[in-house]
Amino acid sequence: MNNENVITVKNLTKMFGDFTAVNDISFEVNKGEVFGFLGANGAGKTTAMKMLIGILKPTEGEAWVAGFDVQTQAEDVKKSIGYMSQHFSLYNDLTIKENIVFFGGIYGLRKSVIKEKSQKLIDELGLHDEADKLVGSLPLGWKQKVAFSVALLHDPKIIFLDEPTGGVDPITRRQFWEMIYREANNGKTIFVTTHYMDEAEYCDRVSIMVAGKIEALDSPKNLKKMYKANSMNMVFLKLARNIE
Amino acid sequence: MNTIRYIIQKEFKQIFRNKAMLPIIFAMPMIQLIILANAATFEVKNIKFSYVDHDKTSFARELVDKFNASTYFDVVSNFSSAKAAKLAMQAGKVDVILEIPPYFERNLLKDKKANLSVTINAIDGAAAGVENVYINQIVQQFNQNAKIKLMLADGGVAKAQKITTIPSFWYNETLNYKTFMVPGILVLLVTMITLFLSGMNIVREKEIGTLEQINVTPIKKYQFIIGKLFPFLILGLVLLTVGLVIAKLLFQIPIVGSITLMYGYTIVYILVILGIGLFISNFTDTQQQAMFIAWFFMVIFILMSGLFTPVESMPKWAQILTEFNPIKYFVQVMRMVMLKGAGLQDIYPQIFKTLVYALVMNGLAAWSYKKVT
Amino acid sequence: MKRFIGFIRKEFYHILRDRRSLFILFGMPIVQVMLFGFAITNEINNVDIAVLDHSKDATTKEIINKISSSKYFSVKQFINNEATIEKAFEKGEIKAVLNFEPDFSKKLVAEKQATVQILTDATDPNTANTISNYTSAILQKYQQDLNTDVRIQYQIAPQTRMAYNPELKSVFMFVPGVMTIILMLVSAMMTSISITREKEMGTMEILLVSPLKPFQVIIGKVVPYVFLSVINAIIIILLSIFVFKMPVQGSLFLLGVESILFIINALSLGILISTVSATQQTAMMVSLMGLMLPVILLSGFIFPISSMPLPLQAISNIIPAKWFIIVLKGIMLKGVGLAYLWKESLILVGMTLFFIAVSVKKYKIRLE
Repeated sequence: MNNENVITVKNLTKMFGDFTAVNDISFEVNKGEVFGFLGANGAGKTTAMKMLIGILKPTEGEAWVAGFDVQTQAEDVKKSIGYMSQHFSLYNDLTIKENIVFFGGIYGLRKSVIKEKSQKLIDELGLHDEADKLVGSLPLGWKQKVAFSVALLHDPKIIFLDEPTGGVDPITRRQFWEMIYREANNGKTIFVTTHYMDEAEYCDRVSIMVAGKIEALDSPKNLKKMYKANSMNMVFLKLARNIE
Repeated sequence: MNTIRYIIQKEFKQIFRNKAMLPIIFAMPMIQLIILANAATFEVKNIKFSYVDHDKTSFARELVDKFNASTYFDVVSNFSSAKAAKLAMQAGKVDVILEIPPYFERNLLKDKKANLSVTINAIDGAAAGVENVYINQIVQQFNQNAKIKLMLADGGVAKAQKITTIPSFWYNETLNYKTFMVPGILVLLVTMITLFLSGMNIVREKEIGTLEQINVTPIKKYQFIIGKLFPFLILGLVLLTVGLVIAKLLFQIPIVGSITLMYGYTIVYILVILGIGLFISNFTDTQQQAMFIAWFFMVIFILMSGLFTPVESMPKWAQILTEFNPIKYFVQVMRMVMLKGAGLQDIYPQIFKTLVYALVMNGLAAWSYKKVT
Repeated sequence: MKRFIGFIRKEFYHILRDRRSLFILFGMPIVQVMLFGFAITNEINNVDIAVLDHSKDATTKEIINKISSSKYFSVKQFINNEATIEKAFEKGEIKAVLNFEPDFSKKLVAEKQATVQILTDATDPNTANTISNYTSAILQKYQQDLNTDVRIQYQIAPQTRMAYNPELKSVFMFVPGVMTIILMLVSAMMTSISITREKEMGTMEILLVSPLKPFQVIIGKVVPYVFLSVINAIIIILLSIFVFKMPVQGSLFLLGVESILFIINALSLGILISTVSATQQTAMMVSLMGLMLPVILLSGFIFPISSMPLPLQAISNIIPAKWFIIVLKGIMLKGVGLAYLWKESLILVGMTLFFIAVSVKKYKIRLE
């Protein structure tokens, strides 16, 4: 693994009035890593991610993504990253093809490139029959896969995924993670948040957030050893109990 | 540049794919234009007229006949007592009561003067004023004729001096209200559609979550705003065109002035409305709130636009408020250019103010749209 | 019954927690009533007119004086020839021109007759007509004064009494209308989104699965808004009475009851719209775009219904606002009671039941 840091976070904090959602977190992510950002619902994962992708202003602290400062160079950050939101964010009233054309165009891809990628995406997902159907008519699992592929259209170096497998069946989840691995093998860095502890097993390294703070940060193997647990789920429970 | 094109493409696709909204956007305004243009009139006619005749002479009947013959009044009933007539007015059955006193003809001949009692339902003060004028005109005419007959019999007397007034109604000889109202109603319809659609647009993307996805892309603010404005601008112009065709064909509204000038002005005007809509959309969290706020301004703008009641009649402070009412300017320009044939120099003030308004509103809309919260 | 109460309670929570909407729901009607009560008027004052005086003699000077001292007119320009009239109209500087023929005084004395032309900009026909009528009236009065020394022969003098509104205040005409419009639009708007919002958010399915009967759901959605709207109505009525000095000649109690009836009517209409709309956007567009202009134009609020072509008069009968305006004017300005207003009230009740019935039916269909 390359030692290039593609994400560097230093004392990042976000407060909403009196409430501290993200409390002084620091970490680094290396190129090509599949980095899991774990934590219970409401722990602050999504807030932290939003700061990293440049749509939420930090209250304190600093962060660099793809070499750019998220506070002063947010637009450059956005050119280099892909994002898949927690709430489905493709247009339900546009077809798969139309969504691809739209987002491809926004990212400045040339028409020929868009066409080529569109074909590739549809082939890989096996969606030939659905290509001209409205995205809203697809089952959730397919929607998520399309959304993920759309996030990759402009060939970003880092991909941020916010709870990408929420509400999806186990088989589709598996397929999804296969897609994630494939991109990681191509040298992309994947930053994924989830509250499914078993997905943590799939990551290179994992951080666990509790009430805005990072309480653990290591590979799943090491964490299981440290907490004498045989699953990440157990690690999390022990961690949570310790905190209390 | 290209980015803007992609956004415009997407917006158009979404508009036309929304099967439920299409009839509302296109059919509803046109249907309303056709139906409602006939409704707006201040003409006073078919006034429910009643009389109480205590005199019961043919002279009195002649007076009543004069009212019968008039197109303004419908003689709907006569009563035997003022009390009965009053009850009828309470019940809304009549709006004017003419009470002819007993010995009306005799008093006129003997004392050389006679009184008439007129009661007018004055809830609509303006209409009452006009009705009063008409009643007086009819009575005057009747009086004149009577005078001539009586005075000839009497042996003649020094003739009175008479001032004749000749009214002349320019640009609208027949006082056709439609000429005035149709362009106005068209303006209102185009405004409502563009305001509501633009007002809900950004907020809807906020609600469904696609706005976040857009904010993560490197798209620039101005590209996003322009991309959002353009489709609705086209929509507004299409509506205007269809409306103008209907106005000309169905209502024979004259189009005296330059159509290019009208369209040019309309483009600037629609930009103001869209700017307001987008600005509202940036500040609200739900479509509901956006609609309520848009509605609030809409009602105020409509009622204070000078379309239904003249701006000049409003108190000074209200007139100052109308300086911020874009509809007021549009109504003025429509009337001046379309009906009077005014030229560019004549509408300089309106164009200038609307242009400034457009720049300010769209500037505010762009500024208030935050890619980073 | 308990479920029903629970349902109503949930609806209340929804409403009370949306602060911004609440502010709009109460604040805006107040602002609007105030604004319109003062700003909307048909009365003309200080209308800018011009004078084209070919005679420039004592008589014309006197007449011009009379005109300019009237509160209706303001003599802005003195022009010299016909050619300038058109430009002045085009620019919108003046609304009318008084054109005195040459040798006015002389003609009056010698031929007993002289002419004044009243040219008006009739792009606003109503104002033009009013200006014409008022100037005629002033000239008539002047003519009468001219002839006072001539023995008054055979003069019929009409004594006019303006019933219900002696000062011809235009607020009397408009305030009932404004009240109606605002109550109607706010009520219809509020409920029109309540059902579609549940549909869009997906919570509708929960309601459908619950043991609540359809008509309970419908009524349950209307009830909380009744309270809100009643508060709105009270505020508006108080404003009308104390700020605009509208009288309440009739019974306040009846006023209250009829207002509640109208509110329920408007709310039911909103629910009906809600049941036939798939999205909030559609519901809102229909209730605002679909209702706003027809209600303003066909309810008798500004334009007298009796002056409209017959087909439109027929259509105006299905607009609930029309009947309520009649009720309002009746109670407040004429002082009449239910004896005179039973027909209008019955119509309102009938419409309300109709709206609710159709809503329930449409709601049931969605179930299937």
